Amino acid sequence: MIQPTTDMPDQPIIRFADVHKRFGSLVVLDALSLDIPADQTTVVIGPSGAGKSVLLKHIVGLLQPDSGNVYFHQQRINHLSERQLEPIRKRIGFLFQMGALFDSMTVGENIAFPLRHQGIKSESDIQQVISEKLAVVGLSGSEKKMPADLSGGQKKRVALARAIAMDPEVVLYDEPTTGLDPIRADVINELILKLKEELKVTGIVVTHDMASAFKVADQIVMLLNGKIIAQGTPQQIKTMEDEDVRHFIEGRANAEDLKALHRL
Amino acid sequence: MTPADPSSNRFRILSPLEFLGKTCLSLVLTLGDFVRFFVAILAGIFRGVDRFGLREMLSQMFDLGTLSIPVVMLTGFFIGAVLVIEAYPQFHALGLASRLGSVTVLSVVKQIGPVLTGVMLAGRVGGAMTAELGTMRVTEQIEALRSMAADPVRTLAVPRVLACVVMTPILTVFSDILGIFGGWLIAVHVQGINNDQFWHFARVGVDIYTINTGLIKALFFGLAIGAIACYKGFRCGNGAQGVGRACTEAFVSSFIVILILNLVLALLLTNIYVMVWPNQPPIL
Repeated sequence: MIQPTTDMPDQPIIRFADVHKRFGSLVVLDALSLDIPADQTTVVIGPSGAGKSVLLKHIVGLLQPDSGNVYFHQQRINHLSERQLEPIRKRIGFLFQMGALFDSMTVGENIAFPLRHQGIKSESDIQQVISEKLAVVGLSGSEKKMPADLSGGQKKRVALARAIAMDPEVVLYDEPTTGLDPIRADVINELILKLKEELKVTGIVVTHDMASAFKVADQIVMLLNGKIIAQGTPQQIKTMEDEDVRHFIEGRANAEDLKALHRL
Repeated sequence: MTPADPSSNRFRILSPLEFLGKTCLSLVLTLGDFVRFFVAILAGIFRGVDRFGLREMLSQMFDLGTLSIPVVMLTGFFIGAVLVIEAYPQFHALGLASRLGSVTVLSVVKQIGPVLTGVMLAGRVGGAMTAELGTMRVTEQIEALRSMAADPVRTLAVPRVLACVVMTPILTVFSDILGIFGGWLIAVHVQGINNDQFWHFARVGVDIYTINTGLIKALFFGLAIGAIACYKGFRCGNGAQGVGRACTEAFVSSFIVILILNLVLALLLTNIYVMVWPNQPPIL
């Protein structure tokens, strides 16, 4: 087990070094190098299909790069077997894009799953974590519900409760506010900030929601066609003049995107 | 294209070759992948299941086993009855109608019971288990398990395969009993064969080894059905179409494997019988 205390304060907690990934002929990550600083929130923005979710999956070893390396606390993790990855995965919470709740289990059992799997036996401790985490995401009292009975936004919040059940040091948020109403989305933003400030959780947020990105980010990275085209603080990104960045953060379609419409 | 065009001829010759090559390559790759998956399942079985796995296993045993009992019994009954209806004229012509008891019981216990149960279960498991696991894969639930440091093979596949291994022989017993009952009903109450003679030859024809032959076959069928259904679910393609295709493939592959296993096990178990009891005349 690697101890986080051995890190130098300015060492990145996660590092991508020249990572290439392709699916068939589709290049998803193209020579990507990125440092994720500890105890901060990095927001990854970019159009759909830019490789954002693929980037997240490399951090927990769900995907391996075709070439290049991924490091967690200076340890190279992309060559590790599933069993060797276990101690690393236990320290990282993952909120999946669609929630990925287990259909056959109740909400409570879903949140309890990582706890029970990691050998926490005391049922009263487990119940306490379940109600505590459900309260955090604003769904107190939903323990007995089945995922099929929840709305899309509620599923996502339960999934977030499950992702933080083990009090991980890193949380990967794949589109945490998509499908939520603006007020609930802001609650999630506040939660991301709270986890960072109070529990020193390192966050990596993949999102299209620019309001959320500017609110939670210490660092924003923009991906386009598997490459980083912009990186900086929210303030730096806001004032960037690059056309692709401006179009994305202002939510404006460019002339190329609108060409098809003119044919109508 | 005209026949004089050399490129078209070349295309025509190469295309089937290319097809053959691609098919062989994909078959070898799939087989290799399946063997790795199967070894992981076997390793998981020897490591044992945890509390969560045990709960999964019991719930699968109920869904795929207990709920299949009526349909397996119904099929067994009708096949047993039809077997006697078809065999009676031949045996009657030879004056051996009273021997129908041993024919019925032997066929049902050694062949019809296990194979029928296997096929029925392959359909049910292909439809239910593969669809469930396939949907879990498509909705990232299997990746979620991995991200929480849980091994999906151990958590999902091992309990399901074990459920199939336990339930297939049990279901075979139900199928056997109803198959024999169906045969007896027709033989004694329709064809008028003497009840005592029917049971006498039934008893003479079947020993404990014969019954075990059927149950051993069922055990291997269960292992194959479970492993194939889980494999197809885990490797399922994207979307609803991917899940549907995986279910069909699971059933077809299980069906073929059951037929092949049945042949191999019949040869193997008969040879073992002859080796262990060399002076025993073949049954019947």
